[in-house]
Amino acid sequence: MSFDIASLTLILPELFMASAGLLLVVFGAFLGNKSLASISWVSFWVFLAAIFMVLAADWSPVTIMNDMLILDGFGAGFKIMVLAGMMASVLLSLNFVITQDGLGRFEYPILMLLAGLGMLIMIMSNNLLTVYMGLELQSLSLYVLAALQTKSLKSSEAGIKYFVLGALASGMFLFGTSFVYGYTGSIEFQAIGSSVTALASGEAQALPAGFILGMVFVLIAIVFKISAAPFHMWTPDVYQGAPTSVTAFFALVPKVAAIALLIRLLHVPFAAAVDEWQQIIWFVSAASMIVGAFAALVQDNIKRLLAYSSIGHMGYALIGIVLATSYGLEAVVAYLVIYMFMTAGTFAVILMMRKEDVPVTSIRDLAGLSSYQPAMAYALAILMFSMAGIPPLAGFFGKLYIFKAAIEADFVILAVLGVLTSVVAAYYYLRIIKVMFFDEVANEEIVFVKSKSLRVLTWGSLVFVVGFILMPSPVLDFAQSVISGLLG
Amino acid sequence: MEVIAIFAPLFGFLLAGLFGKGLTDKGSQFITCLCVIAAAVISCSMFFDVVLDGHTRIVDLVSWITVGEFTVNWALRFDQLSVIMMCVITVVSSCVHVYSIGYMSHDACKSRFMAYLSLFTFAMLMLVTADNLLQLFFGWEGVGLASYLLIGFWNHKDSANAASMKAFIVNRVGDFGLALGIMATFVVFGSIEFETIFAHAADMADVSFEFWGGSYHALTVIGLLLFMGAVGKSAQLGLHVWLPDAMEGPTPVSALIHAATMVTAGVFLVARFSPLYEYAPIALQTVCIFGGITAFVAATIGMTQFDIKRVIAYSTMSQLGYMFFALGVSAYGAAMFHLVTHAFFKALLFLGAGSVIHAMSDEQDMRNMGGIWKKIPTTYVLMWIGSLALAGVPFFAGYYSKDIILESAWADGSWFGSMAFWLGIAAAFMTAFYSWRLIIMTFHGKPRAEEKVMAHIHESPAVMLVPLFVLAFGALFSGKLLYDGFVGSAHHGSAVATHAGDTETHADVSLKEMEKSLHGAESASHDDAHNADHDDAHTQDEDAHHDDVAADDGHAASHGDAHAGPQFWADSLVVLPENDTVEAAHSVPLWVKKLPIVVGGVGILFAYIVYMWSSGLAKFFTTVFRPLYLLFFNKWYFDEIYNALFTRSAFVFGKIFSIMDKKLVDGLGPDGLSKLSLRVAAVLSRAQSGFLFHYAFIMIVAAVAILSWFVLIRPELF
Repeated sequence: MSFDIASLTLILPELFMASAGLLLVVFGAFLGNKSLASISWVSFWVFLAAIFMVLAADWSPVTIMNDMLILDGFGAGFKIMVLAGMMASVLLSLNFVITQDGLGRFEYPILMLLAGLGMLIMIMSNNLLTVYMGLELQSLSLYVLAALQTKSLKSSEAGIKYFVLGALASGMFLFGTSFVYGYTGSIEFQAIGSSVTALASGEAQALPAGFILGMVFVLIAIVFKISAAPFHMWTPDVYQGAPTSVTAFFALVPKVAAIALLIRLLHVPFAAAVDEWQQIIWFVSAASMIVGAFAALVQDNIKRLLAYSSIGHMGYALIGIVLATSYGLEAVVAYLVIYMFMTAGTFAVILMMRKEDVPVTSIRDLAGLSSYQPAMAYALAILMFSMAGIPPLAGFFGKLYIFKAAIEADFVILAVLGVLTSVVAAYYYLRIIKVMFFDEVANEEIVFVKSKSLRVLTWGSLVFVVGFILMPSPVLDFAQSVISGLLG
Repeated sequence: MEVIAIFAPLFGFLLAGLFGKGLTDKGSQFITCLCVIAAAVISCSMFFDVVLDGHTRIVDLVSWITVGEFTVNWALRFDQLSVIMMCVITVVSSCVHVYSIGYMSHDACKSRFMAYLSLFTFAMLMLVTADNLLQLFFGWEGVGLASYLLIGFWNHKDSANAASMKAFIVNRVGDFGLALGIMATFVVFGSIEFETIFAHAADMADVSFEFWGGSYHALTVIGLLLFMGAVGKSAQLGLHVWLPDAMEGPTPVSALIHAATMVTAGVFLVARFSPLYEYAPIALQTVCIFGGITAFVAATIGMTQFDIKRVIAYSTMSQLGYMFFALGVSAYGAAMFHLVTHAFFKALLFLGAGSVIHAMSDEQDMRNMGGIWKKIPTTYVLMWIGSLALAGVPFFAGYYSKDIILESAWADGSWFGSMAFWLGIAAAFMTAFYSWRLIIMTFHGKPRAEEKVMAHIHESPAVMLVPLFVLAFGALFSGKLLYDGFVGSAHHGSAVATHAGDTETHADVSLKEMEKSLHGAESASHDDAHNADHDDAHTQDEDAHHDDVAADDGHAASHGDAHAGPQFWADSLVVLPENDTVEAAHSVPLWVKKLPIVVGGVGILFAYIVYMWSSGLAKFFTTVFRPLYLLFFNKWYFDEIYNALFTRSAFVFGKIFSIMDKKLVDGLGPDGLSKLSLRVAAVLSRAQSGFLFHYAFIMIVAAVAILSWFVLIRPELF
């Protein structure tokens, strides 16, 4: 056991965020809810500062705090993605939280800050217990955020459902951890990894059943966090019930952190069990694609529809993970970047829409949007086309890289399934476009709130989605450097 | 320069078609007319350069398709044949364009109409100047499209829509043959360039196709397939049913497309392929038989119709029959001659009929006309000129061309030539008869129209009459002027004299002609380098002639030169020496020459007796020969037979396929899959019950399922 004060400088971003969070709590407690806007902006700048700290740090791999944490290029890359996602989430919430009854509490940005801190810990953890700590910090913040609109029954219901099922997942994680510890004698990633290698190449030439059981439970808990089927059941209800800005946050960031954790788990401690975990992830990926494509067909609520859409997208991303090739993982990173841009843009448009001062949630309310708000209708249409994966938009390339990697790694069935389900999924994306462009205007027209931050997000994501084909290399280079940080 | 002649109408089409609204009606009318008239002026100037001076050329535009050995270029071929066609097309088209300004003055869509006319003109020019079969096919389909658009121009009329579809569908049958012919040509010659095909036609005379166990003479097969295309486009018997219905289109369209130009595309095609047909005697025989029967059948129907435009339409069909049997006896020059003269007088007749219809407030039934000649005297006179030319009355255009056709048919000496001759004589009688039946019923007798209509009758405006004068000029003089050049003659003066005309230019040309003749072989090789070898025989022959000619006075340079063909047509038409019926036609017995005039005169007289002097006679004939009359009146029941044979069975097939498509393909495919998707979606959303314990249950079940899977595949571990 050794503790080195110098190692604290390596976790500067996390320390900075933690202290900023604590200070802001005090700040908020004194000033009350009217400080919400300023606290939001402060947390926005905190995230930005954290990004610069990550960028400034040395990315060569090093473990610190008795191997509890690991710092490497892989973690740094995902941290940047998470922090950028957090910034976007703050921008998305700015206008919404103030205008919605009972949501405008100063805790809102602070909870996001703490959730972000939890995610960073998940990303850089090198030990199953650190993982648990990060996971819980993140989850508890999210539970509260989901239920923050206490006056809304739906919001409370979403919080409770998320909490109970999340607790179940956490229990599974701990249960699995105990088994893994029992069979490998360690909770530290590298140690588990070498034990598993030894077990796999030992006398039995096979992994013990107890270890497999432990791994299955650990993985289920992580997969639950990225809302992949069949552990997705909470997603539609929580997405629908939670305030829309919280839904946007849920869709945007936690999945990215969970995927980073999943990739690290699969490639460090469980690397020797690749044959086993490939089967698990294969099944989860296929199930997610199918559920994401089919269940959304009959949805009328936009948030519910986007919940299923995100389940489907996670299914596609998981294809890249199943492959266990560096090319597949690069495709996953590229896919996530594109997914984050599309999701941010889509939610920005949705968050702007009000009908009689109530946020719009029904697809039918969009009827005839193109006739009186052509610019917004076209923006949403482009984003939907991109989500559906129609060339030449960014969403198409995200899928293209994934499917290409799958074909190269001989996972043809998954690739074919991916193409077929995206055909089915295209239906509900195109249906939104059809409603906007070809249906008669319903009784009341939609009003778009004037919010600079939402507009910036919308146009920013549109520029990315449309312009990706012209300059894909920054994203691809980023993906490559992130994955080389893990696999070398 | 020559490229402008082809593309000016396209330019006019694009301007009027795309910017018609911005240009206003006047603007589009002006621009399209200007473009077409410019094309006409250039074409006519090219007549002197290419046809009289023999400066044939090929203008390469761009490479179109290159696939392996198969290369196609966009190239314009300007030789005697194509330039003569260009002149006819652009002159008639100019007349029709100008005429349309007046005729369509009450229509709402003037610029669309003008644009279509220009599109047609462009496509037709592409057709005749094509350098290869594919480009010809492009023009062929282009004129088909324009014809379809113009027949259905008044798209508020159901009958017009039906007629346009009928024209399009019937033409598909012919075009299918043409397309097969093009493919067969490529198989045999390895090229679809005219140059290559014609150069090797003689070598391929003995090649045969092996097909379904049979062996067929290749050139005959190609000839018959190309002729199938011609049958469709030129409304020969069998595929003629669309032409009468096409009269649903505005009358200028009927004049331009369905009388003067497009329907003659088949004649042009066969003439263009004369180097090939010469080695396919069976194909020629077929062409001849089809032409003869068509001329006869169409004339019989023409005698009984009451719609003024339909009478002229059947007359067109009949005259096309003449052209085809002329082609069938290798009298290509005669066929082309009749094509040109016919274009003038038939366009004149149609536009004249249009003028009548315009005056009668859109009445087309001759039974509701009569007694109007004093009210529209100019139109009346012009219709007389057209009819005289059509009936082949001496010194009018039709007289020269029809006679040389009949004489050539007789001179051929074969059984089908004689058959065509007698059918043609019978048709000539009927032609004269129905022409005067038309004139008498329309203009003479008691007025049968309502008073309101009669009161409104007025002569057409100048914009409609001036084009008629131009055409009337052609109908009066084109026969005399072009006779020597087109079909050469020993007894109708000289070629040079013809061209000498009355202007200085003409005289210059004739001087050149003279020189050429004097220098014989030398000049032949100079102006037709690529032609020299296959025309050797002719040139030698000419030499012999020219020697005596030189002694003769210069004015009659080609006097006595029976081989006017090679001179005027150069290598654009090829006739084997033993098939040269045009030459033989000049030495047929006198009664053969006189018979057409006699039967024509009798026909006119007969028409006067039946319709003017003895009004009960028409009724008498229709009752006495009732079955025959009904057969003619009902157009030999072609439509009814086709309906029973093809249309109805096509509908039955269509129904079967539509049921199969809806039930089987859609049912299992798109509809079935989408239904299945929604069912899956319903199941999945039912699982989403909203109850927490259900969700937890599903999570546990899924975890157990994954573990069970490992138990299943690794039972030894557990």
